[in-house]
Amino acid sequence: MAAAEEEVGGLVFHPMDQFIVKPLFGDGPISWYTPTNAMLWMALSALAVIALLVFGTRGRAIVPSRSQSIAELTYGMVRKMVEDITGKEGLKYFPYVMTLFCFILFANALALLPMSFSPTSQIAVTAVLAFMVFFFVTILGFVKNGSHFLGLFWVSSAPAAMRPVLAIIELISYFVRPVSHSIRLAGNIMAGHAVMKVFAAFAAVVALAPVSILAIVGVYALEVLVVTIQAYVFTILTCVYLKDALHPGH
Amino acid sequence: MENLGQLGQYLGAGLACIGMAGAAVGVGNVAGNYLAGALRNPSAAASQTATLFIGMAFAEALGIFSFLVALLLLFAV
Amino acid sequence: MISLLQQTAPVVVEQTETVTITESADAAGHAADAAHAAAAAHGAESAAGMPQLDISTFGNQIFWLLVTLAVLYWVLSRIALPRIGGVLSDRQGAITGDLMAAEEFKQKAKEAEAAYDKALADARAEANKIVAANKAEIQKELDKAIAKADAEIAARTAESEKRIGEIRTSAVEDARSVARDVTEELVRTFGGTSDQALVNEAVDQRLKGALQ
Repeated sequence: MAAAEEEVGGLVFHPMDQFIVKPLFGDGPISWYTPTNAMLWMALSALAVIALLVFGTRGRAIVPSRSQSIAELTYGMVRKMVEDITGKEGLKYFPYVMTLFCFILFANALALLPMSFSPTSQIAVTAVLAFMVFFFVTILGFVKNGSHFLGLFWVSSAPAAMRPVLAIIELISYFVRPVSHSIRLAGNIMAGHAVMKVFAAFAAVVALAPVSILAIVGVYALEVLVVTIQAYVFTILTCVYLKDALHPGH
Repeated sequence: MENLGQLGQYLGAGLACIGMAGAAVGVGNVAGNYLAGALRNPSAAASQTATLFIGMAFAEALGIFSFLVALLLLFAV
Repeated sequence: MISLLQQTAPVVVEQTETVTITESADAAGHAADAAHAAAAAHGAESAAGMPQLDISTFGNQIFWLLVTLAVLYWVLSRIALPRIGGVLSDRQGAITGDLMAAEEFKQKAKEAEAAYDKALADARAEANKIVAANKAEIQKELDKAIAKADAEIAARTAESEKRIGEIRTSAVEDARSVARDVTEELVRTFGGTSDQALVNEAVDQRLKGALQ
């Protein structure tokens, strides 16, 4: 493992160190089953989701407690999103969308804790999430609509001469979807965390420390916003792709 | 003369960051137009927040791509 | 930020055991050379400059991600979401039930008000009836009393009139006897013989006009 490290006039920058996957115990090589910090923080986010949605609602009260109303708000928001975008028949896939939203939201949010590891900044993780959506949606589209699904690329409202060109563009944009879908999430989280690290390094200089700390506070506040918005955007794009699979007509 | 390759990397990374300006313009454009439309017809604004976020996400993703290109130039080439 | 990150590029060198750097300032040149040598020699290791691109950790991350997602999906779809959905629909049911109950209570309140109004009207009518009956009775008693008083007054008046009549007749008798006596005495004084019957007739004739 190469740690990025260079001294510049007494300042030490380790902006990318926080993304290194390390084994939890010992220092050996990482095989597929090794418990790592990535595993730990993914498990923590899953546990947080379960704590909110299962233990938070165990009262099943008609008048909800605080945690239950948060769980209900999340449920209502995601459900409304799925229903608004994909229509009634999309509600069958609501648990899948809800799983994605909750996992990404909590993985993002827990990564904001100091000394934590952010699973969603790893391209491997977000690529798996995005390609799962991509394959799921593509297979669902063909199963539901058969060859009709290809109508997604053949824009029948365009002039006949333009259609082949548009088909190529649509095809490319369709296959770029999982790439942009995953890199958007990973890039946003990675960028925010790296910027915070860089500002943190400046805090070693006494003259710059106040500015640096203020900047970290500002970036942190922005990151809290970004964390939520990226989870929301990932989910809403999943819904949009799902809509394309269910209703391929433009 | 091996420094030349590194020079190219750094220059390329710096140039890639210009792409972020484009993303900034794009996000600002989306948000500004949304606000203008929302002030003109506030009753329709609430139903379009989802579209706003999708538009912002698309615009912003391109800025992230340029950031990624910079990172790749620095670390992965 | 990139300008800061760029400093991290030559680092690979420190990890490659071939070169050891003691002073970073004067090692920069060496580092760059060595970095390229290292990059050429170990292409895979140079990619580790960005931890996200370290392929050796991908299997681990993907495995644990799939495990996490599977567990989360199972828990959410089996336990959490049905429960929350159930709670929400229960609440919806309770709210509609409450609204219906409220509607029922409103209806009942309206009925009660109508009944109350009716009772009030009945009571008022009853009271009016009683008042009318009492009034009639009082009127009757009053009439009776007035009639009795009238009768008494009439009786007293009659008695008084009778007594007046008696007094008057006695007064006429007295005047007549006085007139007879006076007439007899006069006749006697003037030397005449007083014929009792003639005197009486003359006095009566004279008095007839005066006393009636």
